[in-house]
Amino acid sequence: MHARKTEGEAVMATVELRFSALPEHVRTARLVAAAVARRAGVDEAVLDEVRLAVGEACTRAVGLHRANGANLPVRVLLTEEEKKFSIEVGEEAPGATGDRPGVPAARADDEARAHPGSSAPDSGEDEGQMGLAVISGLVDDVEVIEGPGGGVIRMSWPTNPAVALP
Amino acid sequence: MDLSLSTRTVGDRTVVEVGGEIDVYTAPKLREQLVELVNDGSYHLVVDMEGVDFLDSTGLGVLVGGLKRVRAHEGSLRLVCNQERILKIFRITGLTKVFPIHTSVDEAVAATD
Repeated sequence: MHARKTEGEAVMATVELRFSALPEHVRTARLVAAAVARRAGVDEAVLDEVRLAVGEACTRAVGLHRANGANLPVRVLLTEEEKKFSIEVGEEAPGATGDRPGVPAARADDEARAHPGSSAPDSGEDEGQMGLAVISGLVDDVEVIEGPGGGVIRMSWPTNPAVALP
Repeated sequence: MDLSLSTRTVGDRTVVEVGGEIDVYTAPKLREQLVELVNDGSYHLVVDMEGVDFLDSTGLGVLVGGLKRVRAHEGSLRLVCNQERILKIFRITGLTKVFPIHTSVDEAVAATD
């Protein structure tokens, strides 16, 4: 069940999940990601990290969708590669670059940083930042890409248990 | 699994026993509980997290919010947790310096510093 790549063709995800941007579906994404990661050979000790990281990425995506009033699904790609398991969480929120009315996500984040005392500590903006902090603290191989069609968080874990330290 | 919450009073402390998963969906319930306790005049809280299976940054945000509220009344918010996978989240976010974390409810209730 490895993802196959032929000349000029993108790697097909092992499992692709799309869900409407609602908090109650984030748990489903965590469960599916952990199940696919386990099957792919990610070390048992690391599965908790996979679960947490994918949950954080999906939570952030759900928050961005809601902040931007976007009616688009959150997309999660789970891909089993030769020696790693990768997860891509796409936001697909058009407002993320500020081309829609309302507060663009990036500016809201900047304001939260500039005036940390001005918003409640449990506000959405701060949580987005804390979510990213958790992901960067947990995952060694992580990439956050802010694109015109929304943002993407890419993460990967080795599937060889010998190098997957607890 | 959903979130379970129960509260009890031990001396001048209010112990909030939390079970299940604290995430973006369930965290608002915990927030409501903490806000309600503070509004009712309970300013010394002990949050027992021994029954928590999952905690994410949304849950951390709610706990930080609770801490801010009790501190406004010169209160305290102590955590009880022995689970490595939960403690790890507090460590990587630097929140072990913000919250007193105890190994038992008895220890948290007796703590005065």
